[in-house]
Amino acid sequence: MPDNHTYPGQERFVAAADDVVVGAIDAVDQDAEPTGFWKTAWLQLKVRPLFWVCVALLALILLIVLFPSVFAFGKDPHYATLERSMLPVSGEHWFGTDMQGHDIYARTIYGARASVIVGVLTTAAVVVIGGLLGATAGFFGGWLDSLIARLSDVFFGVPLMLAAVVVMQMVTSRTVYSVVLVLAIFSWPQIARIARSAAISIRNEEYIDASKSLGASKVRTLFTHVIPNCLGPVIVVATVALGVFIVTEATLSYLGIGLPESSISWGMDIASGQPRLREGSPILFFPAGALALTVLTFMMLGDVLSDALDPKARKR
Amino acid sequence: MSDEHKHGLGKIKDKVATALGKSPPPLLEIRDLVVEFEVQGKPVPAVRGANLTVYPGQTVAIVGESGSGKSTTAAAVMGLLQGTGRVASGQIVFDGQDLSKASEKDFQKIRGSGIGLVPQDPNTNLNPLWRVGFQIRETLKANNAEEGDAKKRAIALLAEAGMKDPDKRVNQYPHEFSGGMKQRALIAIGLACRPKLLIADEPTSALDVTVQRQILDHLDTLTTDLGTAVLLITHDLGLAAERASHLVVMYKGRVVESGPALEILQDPQHEYTKRLVAAAPSLSARRAETPSVAAAVTDVKEAAVEAETVRDELRDAASTGPAEVVVASNLVKDFPIRGSLPFQSSDFRAVDDVSFTMLRGTTTAVVGESGSGKSTVARMVLGLLEPTSGTVEFDGKDVTTIRGPEAKEFRRRVQPVFQNPYGSLDPMYSIYRAITEPLVVHGIGDKASRVDRAKELLEMVALPVDTMHRYPNELSGGQRQRVAIARALALNPEVIVLDEAVSALDVLVQAQILTLLEGLQNELGLTYLFITHDLAVVKQIAHQTLVMAGGKVMEQGPTDRVYDNPTSDYTRKLIDAIPGGSIELAG
Repeated sequence: MPDNHTYPGQERFVAAADDVVVGAIDAVDQDAEPTGFWKTAWLQLKVRPLFWVCVALLALILLIVLFPSVFAFGKDPHYATLERSMLPVSGEHWFGTDMQGHDIYARTIYGARASVIVGVLTTAAVVVIGGLLGATAGFFGGWLDSLIARLSDVFFGVPLMLAAVVVMQMVTSRTVYSVVLVLAIFSWPQIARIARSAAISIRNEEYIDASKSLGASKVRTLFTHVIPNCLGPVIVVATVALGVFIVTEATLSYLGIGLPESSISWGMDIASGQPRLREGSPILFFPAGALALTVLTFMMLGDVLSDALDPKARKR
Repeated sequence: MSDEHKHGLGKIKDKVATALGKSPPPLLEIRDLVVEFEVQGKPVPAVRGANLTVYPGQTVAIVGESGSGKSTTAAAVMGLLQGTGRVASGQIVFDGQDLSKASEKDFQKIRGSGIGLVPQDPNTNLNPLWRVGFQIRETLKANNAEEGDAKKRAIALLAEAGMKDPDKRVNQYPHEFSGGMKQRALIAIGLACRPKLLIADEPTSALDVTVQRQILDHLDTLTTDLGTAVLLITHDLGLAAERASHLVVMYKGRVVESGPALEILQDPQHEYTKRLVAAAPSLSARRAETPSVAAAVTDVKEAAVEAETVRDELRDAASTGPAEVVVASNLVKDFPIRGSLPFQSSDFRAVDDVSFTMLRGTTTAVVGESGSGKSTVARMVLGLLEPTSGTVEFDGKDVTTIRGPEAKEFRRRVQPVFQNPYGSLDPMYSIYRAITEPLVVHGIGDKASRVDRAKELLEMVALPVDTMHRYPNELSGGQRQRVAIARALALNPEVIVLDEAVSALDVLVQAQILTLLEGLQNELGLTYLFITHDLAVVKQIAHQTLVMAGGKVMEQGPTDRVYDNPTSDYTRKLIDAIPGGSIELAG
């Protein structure tokens, strides 16, 4: 029932040709800056103040880890004499001294190395093991997926801390690497889950079919298309997990079953500072504060990265 | 113009004469509307000075491609602009009230009872947790229109929207509904409070053509009965012209042309509208092919017709002539579906006894609605799925059993282009890497020769060479699809399987890609298997057509014959359902 009567306001109207210029159909904007996945992420990150706060803190932590002697101003974290036991904060000892007469400032600076090394190594191991297993399970599916998924469920079912406490107690010669190994063994399923779910959604993308149709083998497709596309969400979770590993290492060291006695660790210093807290000594708070700041840095970084790297988590 | 039409015009003129001087006040009047979105702190206009008028009871359509501002205009009317969107200037007068400065509270009063909405995707617009009846009653409650027995009212509304068994359906959940039924439920919700204006934003683009026709027919009758004005947002010019009396064509946020629907279609004035009318596939059914293309294609078409008749003979002779590239025989594919108990599964037959022969240098189209099994056929031809029974022979060899180097050789010669332009390219790969991946996989050439080949391929698909260093997210859907075609061409294949390759694209881009494909076919002698739901597109490109429904072939033969003389009822139904197919373009 087209009504051919023209009402006011509905008369024939044609925009002037030079008013609305009709461009070529679907022309490529050749002036636009070329961007890629990482560049887009960078453009998003660089405008966020929180990102730069994280970068500054991270740079500071890294410098401390690499050159602790510079930041300790020549103070020796191992040198102890009972003459200076439990000195309060002073110009000589910025954070005071502990029971044995160690300089707390020096120990806090030197303690960063163990924490960050454990955190970074564990994260690297977890990303490689969990990422590979998870992406493989998600991409191939079938019995392989069932096997890996159930295996990861078994490890996932045991709380990380409980498992680490039980296993570390049995380890006779404790080193940084044994701590890393134990933490990695019990925490890869978290990354595996993320990688698996990412791989499952990628598996159904048409570029995977296209890759198969090119004659690419499944393994090649896994490494060239699936794994690179899983990286975004994996990096996000790994960054947050790094903080958790540092905390776990500190807890194990606090319980006396983490790093060996000879190394300097925030966890052990918290343990030795804890009995003094009752006497009103604040020495516990210096390693604890350093620990909190480090963990906070990685957690914040994870949060910032998730907005840029994980499209699903992107806030509107 | 037909006599009937002239007669109709005369009647209307009489009506106008009597009503002259006192035309009703407009229901919706949009004046110089500017809508801006804030992108990185800067205002970016999405609608730039749009004007349109809707009178009570009238159907007005806004037509435009994606990014034209048509949906943004509708969202501004309802106060539903997303994110940072805001009305920067202009007026939206609805029923005497200016909505351009209305508060959220004002809008709440108007939505539902003043302006109803039928959204685009029926699958995501119903809450899966609540029964459909509840969701209708919720609308009534929100507008204080809940009087009497609410459930009875919900049933009546569903019945009114054309739902069968409304008293049973009212207690069901959305997942128990088909797409068309969901859209009917949404129409019931949209009209529940008897709004004066119904905004239908691409109400049927997610549905199959035959369902689309039913739903639009019903919406037409319903809104006419209720006297509801409809603002129809669509990308389909044919559909718009068929349903609306007044058309508004938008392009890049501007209204480029508006006026009586038929007048615009028959005599487009603006450059953009002219292009749109020329490209609309649904209208092209009425258009003759350009002589140059027609001449080039005639030979192959004749060959296809001939082959149709001698196909069986050829098969008996068992000697695959060079003309036959792909021979699919009696293809069957069953998918196991989970039963009610563990380890108990039944088979669902997705493809049932499908046979066809593809001749070198021709296009075979497989047409069907969703669930017809057409994509499954494509995947079997590509060797991505193994048929339950039957064979696909490529160049005389059975695709389903080849392994190792032979399989790799097959992959080189048969390439796919998929539907989703946003999914078919790896977002982490630059265009250069995407196009040359086939060469890397097959170990062809060195770095320098691959760069040359990439340049050559980009030129073939009419993309500038420096697109090489860009990433998919910088390109439009049509451009990505051209990259996907370039990738498919990299290995000099003989057969290209196009699975809904142009379905997601805007009309003009679609026409451009179809022309590109035709050109490549003539130049390189390619054989296409073209999978689509759009019968109108088939007419433009295919020599041979198979119409599928429910896994079975309903009809097959040369395209012109299938189109002009369909032998099956199903094909006839499909052709009739093409929107705008009945409109005379001659004008």
